[in-house]
Amino acid sequence: MFHIPSSEMLIQGILSGILMGCLYALIAAGLSLIFGLMEIVNFAHGEFLMLGMYTTFWMYALFHLDPLLSVPISAAALFLLGWLTYKSIIRRILGGPMLAQIFATFGLGIFLRAAAQFLWTPDFRQISDPWVQGPVRILGVSVGKPQLVASVACLLAFGFLYWFITKTETGMALEATAQDRQAAALMGINTERMLTLGWGIGSACVGVAAAFLASFFYVFPYVGSLFALIAFVTVALGGFGSIPGSLVAGVIIGVIEVLGGILIAPAFKYVAVFGLYLVVVLVRPQGLFGKF
Amino acid sequence: MRRIGLSVAAMLMALAVAPAAFAQAREVVIGVLYPMTGPSAQIGIDARNIINVAVDIVNNGANINLPLAKSKGLPRLGGAKVRVVFVDHQGSAALGQSEAERLITQEKVHALLGAYQSAVTTTASQVAERMGIPFVNADSSSPALTERGFKWFFRTSPHDGHFSQVMFEFMQDFEKKRSIKFKSVAILNEDTTFGTDSSKVQEELAKKYGYEVVAKIPFRTGTTSLDAEVGRLKGANADVFLPSLYTSDAILLTRTARNLDYNPKLIIAQDAGYTDPKFVTEMGKQAEAALTRAPFALDLAARKPLIPVVDEMFKKVGGGRDLADVSARAFTGFMTLVDAINRAGSTDPAAIQKALRETNIPADQLIMPWTGVKFDEKGQNIGVRAILQQLQGGSYQTVYPFELAAKDVVYPIPAWSQRR
Repeated sequence: MFHIPSSEMLIQGILSGILMGCLYALIAAGLSLIFGLMEIVNFAHGEFLMLGMYTTFWMYALFHLDPLLSVPISAAALFLLGWLTYKSIIRRILGGPMLAQIFATFGLGIFLRAAAQFLWTPDFRQISDPWVQGPVRILGVSVGKPQLVASVACLLAFGFLYWFITKTETGMALEATAQDRQAAALMGINTERMLTLGWGIGSACVGVAAAFLASFFYVFPYVGSLFALIAFVTVALGGFGSIPGSLVAGVIIGVIEVLGGILIAPAFKYVAVFGLYLVVVLVRPQGLFGKF
Repeated sequence: MRRIGLSVAAMLMALAVAPAAFAQAREVVIGVLYPMTGPSAQIGIDARNIINVAVDIVNNGANINLPLAKSKGLPRLGGAKVRVVFVDHQGSAALGQSEAERLITQEKVHALLGAYQSAVTTTASQVAERMGIPFVNADSSSPALTERGFKWFFRTSPHDGHFSQVMFEFMQDFEKKRSIKFKSVAILNEDTTFGTDSSKVQEELAKKYGYEVVAKIPFRTGTTSLDAEVGRLKGANADVFLPSLYTSDAILLTRTARNLDYNPKLIIAQDAGYTDPKFVTEMGKQAEAALTRAPFALDLAARKPLIPVVDEMFKKVGGGRDLADVSARAFTGFMTLVDAINRAGSTDPAAIQKALRETNIPADQLIMPWTGVKFDEKGQNIGVRAILQQLQGGSYQTVYPFELAAKDVVYPIPAWSQRR
């Protein structure tokens, strides 16, 4: 049943997995941040990713703006979307029953998907000629340049996010709000502002990931759901609310996915991913880095 | 005198028949199932647009060389109009089944057409079979569909047995022509009914034709990464690469192959994603020199005057898109069904079923490169003929059978490092 790969294939697989894993991680980070802050799972997360990718695509199609230059635009657009989502929907259901919270974001996801198909048709779209494209050779194997750039950028984004949360006053206020909203409010932290900011930053993370992803992945209204499932697993594996957890879990999932495919059979690659997830959930239900 | 008597009698008979015909001048309702949201949404929307064109031709007449275009409505049903109820099954087999049931019981359709994805066609046609309603399939290629012994199922399109057969015939002919020898093939398929059945047939045929299958890789359709799969293919290094993929997977495969520097010398694709117009315009350059089997070819217009006419009509409603594989097949399937209903002269399911069995549409009334439409006892059209096309300079050119070829085959496919 097992397949013995050449060492080249093995290096190739590990490298590809790490690169893709960094991207999975950044997508999951936004989800994790929002959950850590208010214990709401954003089921529209995949659709946020899709909107970020469309933002990048349209910047390219209409203004010939390269995906690399669209990163801040996509991040800003998604920040605004997160901010709006919180103000218009989430704030109203924070105290509501759990089911209402689930259905609100789930419904938002369906709405965004349908709206995207209505506005932009279900066609597969691509950024056909980005600055960064083609393969590059590392350690004797070939990997995609866009993936390499994306993963480096994701690591930078993670560094920035970690610095922001742990070292800045606003970041610490965010962390305090996540730990205990009432106590934070008593300390004079404007928790309402923090929650809004959390949604903004969480969504902006997805915006950054989306811009890089759009440089090498096709864009269509349902693209979010492909990545959302992996993002949920990443968050659960890394621990709900943990930013470093997302990074480690994302990379683990990326590597397991490719290695499972190469060592056993490609049909089993998700079996390997979800199998690992099940083991972690059984042995350590709070996830690798979870506090709960 | 005798002649006058005869003509009077004929007139009287015509008058006697006419009221009966008028009494039948009701609507013919056809339920049409396609994916109009989800990953294959554009395919379903194209199908809906071309079927609207077909309905317009049948109901309002048109100046083209099709029997049903000459009159308004269906002549044998006293000019009855055709009404279509479209249903979006989202590519889900479960939804296809429940929607087929709803169309039959609630919408009271007289016949069904659909459903693109073989997995959905499988479940939707089971409902039709159980309820005794004719089901015409224009575009699903799983060979198993017509092996179920169904009495109400008819497929106008070739299936992957025909298609794969032509691939292997091509490989052998091409070996002779260029004095080369292919030894091995690698198969990559998405894991729903379409890809699974296609790979099964290809594996059998490879054995029969004496090629070694060095890799047979199924994967989950709509995956986020094909790195592992391409890694395996690279390791296998087969002479001929045979992918069976829907559009999204075909795009991802092409990009991954480039990034991981996978250079198969010959790609022969099982249609689907490779002939999606969007794949051709967006990936044309990168997928250059890929071959695909195809039931339809726009470059056959010179031999088939119907093609440009229908293409023009489709462009007007389809947002400027050209007719492509699925839209052309949907048109053909729908016209076949309407032709049968007209010949049945009735909306009774059994009469339509009988008429479908007696279908015999000649080649010059088709936009397909087939010899005609005529069903065997399994409900499979025996007039089908598959062709192979190759992407050359950004569009598909017919390259096989050699006597229909517009261009020579480009071989081997240039390696990524030698392009641009």
